[in-house]
Amino acid sequence: MGFTFTATLPERGFDVSFELAPGETLAVLGPNGAGKSTLLDLVAGLLAPAAGRAELDGTLLFDVGGGRRVLTEPRHRGVSLLAQEALLFPHLTVLENVAFGPRSRGQHRSAARSTARHWLERVGVDDLASRRPAQLSGGQAQRVAVARALAADPSLLLLDEPLAALDVSVAPALRTLLREVLAERSTILVTHDPLDAFLLADRVLILEGGRIVESGTTRDVLTRPVTGFGARLAGLNLVPGRRTTAGFRADNGLEVQLEHEAPVGARLALAVRPVSVEVSRTAETGSGWSWIGAEVDDIEHRGDLVRVHAGGVAADVAPATAVGLGIAPGVRIFLGVHPADATVYPVDEAGLRSPAGGR
Amino acid sequence: MSGASLPRWVVAIAVVGGLFVVLPLAALALRVDWPRFVPLVTSESAQAALLLSLRTSLTAAFLCVVVGVPMALVLARTAFRGQRLVRSLVLLPLVLPPVVGGIALLYTFGRRGLLGSSLHALGVDIAFSTTAVVMSQAFVALPFLVLSLEGALRSAGTRYEAVGATLGAGRWTVLRRITLPLVLPSLVSGVVLSFARALGEFGATLTFAGSLQGTTRTLPLEVYLQRETDPDAAVALSLILVGVAIAVVGVAHRVRPLGVSAMPLIRPASERDPVR
Repeated sequence: MGFTFTATLPERGFDVSFELAPGETLAVLGPNGAGKSTLLDLVAGLLAPAAGRAELDGTLLFDVGGGRRVLTEPRHRGVSLLAQEALLFPHLTVLENVAFGPRSRGQHRSAARSTARHWLERVGVDDLASRRPAQLSGGQAQRVAVARALAADPSLLLLDEPLAALDVSVAPALRTLLREVLAERSTILVTHDPLDAFLLADRVLILEGGRIVESGTTRDVLTRPVTGFGARLAGLNLVPGRRTTAGFRADNGLEVQLEHEAPVGARLALAVRPVSVEVSRTAETGSGWSWIGAEVDDIEHRGDLVRVHAGGVAADVAPATAVGLGIAPGVRIFLGVHPADATVYPVDEAGLRSPAGGR
Repeated sequence: MSGASLPRWVVAIAVVGGLFVVLPLAALALRVDWPRFVPLVTSESAQAALLLSLRTSLTAAFLCVVVGVPMALVLARTAFRGQRLVRSLVLLPLVLPPVVGGIALLYTFGRRGLLGSSLHALGVDIAFSTTAVVMSQAFVALPFLVLSLEGALRSAGTRYEAVGATLGAGRWTVLRRITLPLVLPSLVSGVVLSFARALGEFGATLTFAGSLQGTTRTLPLEVYLQRETDPDAAVALSLILVGVAIAVVGVAHRVRPLGVSAMPLIRPASERDPVR
């Protein structure tokens, strides 16, 4: 039971394989063109793979390759797709939109309507049942779209950036709603917002160039990223290095004294939040701090902090500190990391794709 | 007014062009013998022509819907080798001189035509019958419906259809409940346009169906005939056709796609209002 998926599509450089347990929510993250939409289209049946096999709760979705070419029609897959835009049928009322799925799956008109009313109530817009989509706000329309997708009672729900097109003032309420309705439902959520992954997903899968570069529980991926993209999502500096007798030596020269069970020479990664990185003009000696000298590459303003990029590491400092230290591009500074603020974990040789912390 | 941003001579030429279109219509209206208008348009031959025209044009428009909707769907929603060529051929009657279309029909369905000889053997003669009138009209009117519907289908896109399919709807349900309702306004204007084209058909009808009162002599043929013997009758009947044409233009451009304001994807604003 659950969902298994393996598919390749060479013309898009797509080669992905994963599983999903029943009731689980999987967040798929990745840069533009990573293959996230291709993944959803393959699952929904809007695109055929060159080779691969997918099965959902015992139903075969596709089995292509080796002379076989089974492609179940979208309507028989038990998969509902909710996109960035609500895409409500403009010629039908809200109620008819939501009743469309149950009707298509063979319910009688009155039964379909009561199913629709139930879901409209569930998403909190039952008072809009007789409206036309043109008369709804973006947030209302997306709520109706959620109701419509769920009313079809899908075995698997696909969400394609469901909050991306919404106003920042309505997105949080809808995110809360999704959190409620997705709790017991198998869901694949494509998003670029780590907050969606934190709040909605049990597991995270990061795609890059059509391949999975990182996957694991949301907690693991967001606290122990192994790719630059994952580190950026988690808001962490990712510093690749190796286990030494004294502790950890980064590829960029940073040495941190710490205990770790990994054997000497093993590939490790160190993750540290930019706010925990100290910035100084001199290499200070202090209890346990490790310092590395580097020239400032770039400075950017981020909210009430200034982010300094130097030596492949980002550090957040208060604006007053930045001014006080005279930090400007080209200036030589020292960056300090304390072992207590850092997480060090093993990664495989190939796991690290891009150097840490960069932008 | 936004005309202020245009060079004056452009506006001047536009006004001359407008007069070129409107003036002849005004001249026609001025030339009408109003006291005799009603008797002129209700004469036996005029009534016969009017009724025949209505009957045949409505039938032709119906025929256009029956075959034109599937044609537009195939052209807009499928991809096959030679599709562009097929589209060009289907739209050919739009630019073909109607009299050439009439000759082509004659050599297809006429007594000694491609299919006509077999049909004759079965006892079916199409040429110079009311059926021939309907076929001539449908032949020239079909591209109007196909063109308008295919464009609407393409700009509506397939995203709603994809949503419908993932909600469990079969192909027929998607077509009936999503695709066609979405393009209904364009279908209506396509029907109206093809009806109007059928009503005005002259060349193909004359060539393929001839001019027999009550059987194949439609209103435009009657106007042409009366012009020789009773110009006043020709003018009065012409005015009726002008009236129908104005009504058609009004209807065809009043119909708007549903919920356009919320759905820019259905049709870009620039295409939406070509007349006003």
